[in-house]
Amino acid sequence: MMDLGPHAAFIWASYAAVALVLTVLIVWLLWDGRRQRRMLEDLQSRGVRRRSRH
Amino acid sequence: MKTKDATSQSWTQRLANPTRFMRLSGIVLPWLTAVAVAVIGYGLYLTFFVAPPDYQQGETVKIMFIHVPAAWLAMMGYLIIAISSFGLLVFRHPLADVSAKAAAPIGAAFTLLALITGSLWGKPMWGTYWVWDARLTSVLILFFLYLGLMALRSSLDDEALAAKQTAVLGLAGVVILPIIKFSVDWWNTLHQPASVVKLDGPAIHSSILVPLMVNAVGFSLLFFALHLKAMRNEVLRRRVKAMRMAEVNEAAHNQDAAAATAV
Repeated sequence: MMDLGPHAAFIWASYAAVALVLTVLIVWLLWDGRRQRRMLEDLQSRGVRRRSRH
Repeated sequence: MKTKDATSQSWTQRLANPTRFMRLSGIVLPWLTAVAVAVIGYGLYLTFFVAPPDYQQGETVKIMFIHVPAAWLAMMGYLIIAISSFGLLVFRHPLADVSAKAAAPIGAAFTLLALITGSLWGKPMWGTYWVWDARLTSVLILFFLYLGLMALRSSLDDEALAAKQTAVLGLAGVVILPIIKFSVDWWNTLHQPASVVKLDGPAIHSSILVPLMVNAVGFSLLFFALHLKAMRNEVLRRRVKAMRMAEVNEAAHNQDAAAATAV
């Protein structure tokens, strides 16, 4: 393990915070995208179109 | 009446068609993500294996390599919201509100990271996690502005009204950006003055500046990739909503027709 000096804990905590926040953001965006696509496919499979025919 | 053909349209006008935007962004997104990951990977290699410790701060300078890009992107996120808000209010660009809405949580995340990493850098360097100086306080206000924009939008059911109101707040709030940028010059702050974006050039040695800029480029590319992905999700969400409305209208029409037949 590399020696980051007496303040290593602050350095690792900073990088861990970046990794955590960005992972949560990426997972949320991927989950949201899949959810929207599933709902869209469900509506399309039921023959629903974007504009009402009436 | 004259209509513009595809060749005489600006690129923003050509992207105004959500279907075209989805097709182009679908092609660009995987490449953008791959380049962002590669550049961030190289930036982290430079950070941990090449960059020397600072003569004053020692190894804690490594926090700067993520703190500064996060702070820049926190401001860029808000600039995207302000430009998008202008695009909505003035040009009524169909994707402007999609862009503004998509940028808010990403900008908020990077602002939060700037605050957390700044705080973790401040403790060993200043002896405190937080001081109410102009730079730190103005960035905290930026974070609250992001939260305010998201809260305002989610409090309104009418999507068109929510778009307009958040655009007005988004545009008015842009005044925070010069305050953040020049806070270290206008007021006495514990936070150091600008050392990279300066009229007389960066005041940082290249051995530290290069890893910083590589990380800044990598995280900027990641920001654009996340923004593109969030915009794509928002376009899909609006399609789902439109189809659900059409489904309800169809059902109501069929019900009316059945009732009329029965009579």
